[in-house]
Amino acid sequence: MSDHCHGSTDNWPELERGYRAMLPEDVLAFIDASRGREHSESMLIATLHMVQGHFGHLGPGHLEAIAQLMQIPLAKVTGVATFYHYFRLQPRGKYLINVCLGTACYVKGAEKIAQKLRDELGIHFGETSKDGIFSLESTRCVGTCGLAPVVMIGDEVHGPLTPSQIPTLLEGYLARAAEDLAPAAASDSR
Amino acid sequence: MSQMINLKIDGESILVPEGTTVMDAAEQIGIHIPRLCYHPDLSLEGNCRVCVVAVEGFDHGLASCATKAWEGMEVQTNSPMIRQARRDIVELLLDNHPKDCQTCDRDGNCELQNLSYRMGVRERLFEGKRKQFPIDDAGASVVRNAEKCILCGRCIRVCGEIQGVFNLSQHGRGFTTVVGPANLTPMDESACIQCGQCVNVCPTAAFLEQDHTERVWKALSHRRKDKHVVVTTAPAIRAALGEAFGLPMGTPVTGKMVTALRRMGFDAIFDVNFSADLTIMEEAHELLKRLAGEGPLPLLTSCSPGWVSFLEKFYPELIPHMSSCKSPMQMQSTLIKTYYAQQKGIDPKDIYVVSVMPCVAKKFEAARPEHVLDGMPTTDAVITTRELAVMIKSYGIDFQRLPDGEFDHPLGTSSGAGDIFGATGGVMEAALRTAAFKLTGQNLGNLDLTMVRSDHGAIREASINLAGQTINVAVADGLQNAKILLEAVKRGEKKYHLIEIMACPGGCICGGGQPYPPIGTYTLNPELAKARAKALYSIDAAKTIRCSHDNPDIQKLYADFLGEPLSAKAHELLHTHYTARTPRGIR
Ligand code: SF4
Ligand code: SF4
Ligand code: SF4
Ligand code: FES
Repeated sequence: MSDHCHGSTDNWPELERGYRAMLPEDVLAFIDASRGREHSESMLIATLHMVQGHFGHLGPGHLEAIAQLMQIPLAKVTGVATFYHYFRLQPRGKYLINVCLGTACYVKGAEKIAQKLRDELGIHFGETSKDGIFSLESTRCVGTCGLAPVVMIGDEVHGPLTPSQIPTLLEGYLARAAEDLAPAAASDSR
Repeated sequence: MSQMINLKIDGESILVPEGTTVMDAAEQIGIHIPRLCYHPDLSLEGNCRVCVVAVEGFDHGLASCATKAWEGMEVQTNSPMIRQARRDIVELLLDNHPKDCQTCDRDGNCELQNLSYRMGVRERLFEGKRKQFPIDDAGASVVRNAEKCILCGRCIRVCGEIQGVFNLSQHGRGFTTVVGPANLTPMDESACIQCGQCVNVCPTAAFLEQDHTERVWKALSHRRKDKHVVVTTAPAIRAALGEAFGLPMGTPVTGKMVTALRRMGFDAIFDVNFSADLTIMEEAHELLKRLAGEGPLPLLTSCSPGWVSFLEKFYPELIPHMSSCKSPMQMQSTLIKTYYAQQKGIDPKDIYVVSVMPCVAKKFEAARPEHVLDGMPTTDAVITTRELAVMIKSYGIDFQRLPDGEFDHPLGTSSGAGDIFGATGGVMEAALRTAAFKLTGQNLGNLDLTMVRSDHGAIREASINLAGQTINVAVADGLQNAKILLEAVKRGEKKYHLIEIMACPGGCICGGGQPYPPIGTYTLNPELAKARAKALYSIDAAKTIRCSHDNPDIQKLYADFLGEPLSAKAHELLHTHYTARTPRGIR
């Protein structure tokens, strides 16, 4: 093409710099090494794994950077990321709540516990509450069937539980989270 | 020669070439197997299972659209088991679908509605949980209503395969699967270039254009008091509007269209074809300047707003190549609010401009901040051909019986060159007619430059010798084709002087706002494009004035108002500029 066509109207160099700044070195090296090759879905999935491994989740910015640097349409990238359960699209909350849906807990009413948690937190499995305190996940048997139905919060096991106990249980953790934040806030206002 | 295969469909023996699908084979003996996700001009998806047939030796049905016939195959298209299975599939789709056909935009032209009727579904047996999603109606051009989506994937395919935009995909899984742009962002914040081809291929009302009919009714309701309501029609409308009233594909209906608009109460009825001629005057002179060394070559045409958005999102480095000409619609609206307002002695603030367009992206174009005059939008409303048809019907006008009417002056006359803008290659042909005159001092002996018309392939190239200078040109319709062409140019394999690009396959005649063809005909059908193009070429052929520079009203406009092509005034009123936009498209 003629000499006039590069330069000022092209936003790619600037965009590329921004996208590269969003991803860690090893991911960039992986993407660079694969440039020019046919992008299989498995390559995209591998990249998503690396980025989630690094950040703990896949944010909108990460997905956009992956799409642009790999030159895969963003809709395809977010389509894949939302299809597989193991990709987290929000950062993990301070406390990870794992509801056991193993056979023993299930028989003892784990689904009701799960529903109560979803209602109280206003989120689904795989999501993080708005205040960033809780993430909700499900799991299969934590090996304490005697306590069924069981919920793990962080590394603490709670059971047997009834749905009506859930609000108090959550409040306890909220109070702890507030205490943890208080000294930080105090030192901030120094 | 491919091998022939024997099979039996519903007991009837038939011979087909190897590779024929069961669906196509059945068609040959007059059996139309019901279908939904299938689209003859897109890749096979085979996900709806509506087209199931029973095949000897299989205890489950096979999807006939995706199954190739084999030697000795025995197919039943209507066994009791198959009829039941098909009905169940459709009933399950309906179970997860709103019950509001009566108030739906696709009522009467919905493939799902039609299919349910044909399957004999007369009641809803399954009543379960229904998916719920917010409607994205914030976009200037395209509205997405995922509750009406049946996940056939046609929009995903047209956006990727035909338009090269790849803006859509399925998100999530299972019951909550939803089709939309990345992260389900609003359409206008996505990579979408607003072409509306997803609207055209969607079997239901899950994609629609942003409705402007209400604002037009409102403007018409207070006309002659405080508003002078002007309507102006794009070249492609007359080639397709008749279809919405049962006329055969490609029936030109210019005169009836004008009469219908007159009856609806517009104060003046103008023709965008006039400004198509004007675009040619400006663009041809731009080309001459660039041939003389001022500015980069190739020059790219700028009439198609879907293509303009595509350039800004996908190829911003080529912006200097783009013609600075506004689209004919914007030139026309600008002239209505300046030249015409002056002549009539009307304050432009009291003029309301309604543009009838075959295009969904024109709504976005009208909303662009560049297109304002004294702080007012240049174009106040853009209705698609489909919306105009709905308005005419709701008025109660019996379109087929209308007498022919005439456009008003001074913005209603066009040459044949302006008339063919609606077909891919039309802008090129019109531009070459005028460039030839400017370079040689006389009109071409043969004005039919058929080598740039669409019968010569999806990407056309031609060379024409004008006053000792060879002008190389290329034309592409559909943005995936545009990509192929631009990449070849970027690699330096091709050297052109002028390139015409239209976002929609076939050009504006098959734009995202054209009438839905009757069920059974698909919008990407090449026959449809051919018939509509023929309508425009027949209008051109019947004119005595076939070159933009010979249009007397154009000559008068320059003499009385603009001066000459590319004058300071022309620049101020008729030209625009472009900017790189994000999200950046993936090429
Ligand atoms: S999309 Fe079709 S089936 Fe659905 S409500 Fe509209 S007309 Fe009825
Ligand atoms: S309007 Fe065109 S670009 Fe936008 S999503 Fe639909 S097909 Fe894709
Ligand atoms: S939006 Fe329309 S075309 Fe796209 S998947 Fe849904 S029903 Fe099919
Ligand atoms: S039409 Fe064959 S599977 Fe949808």
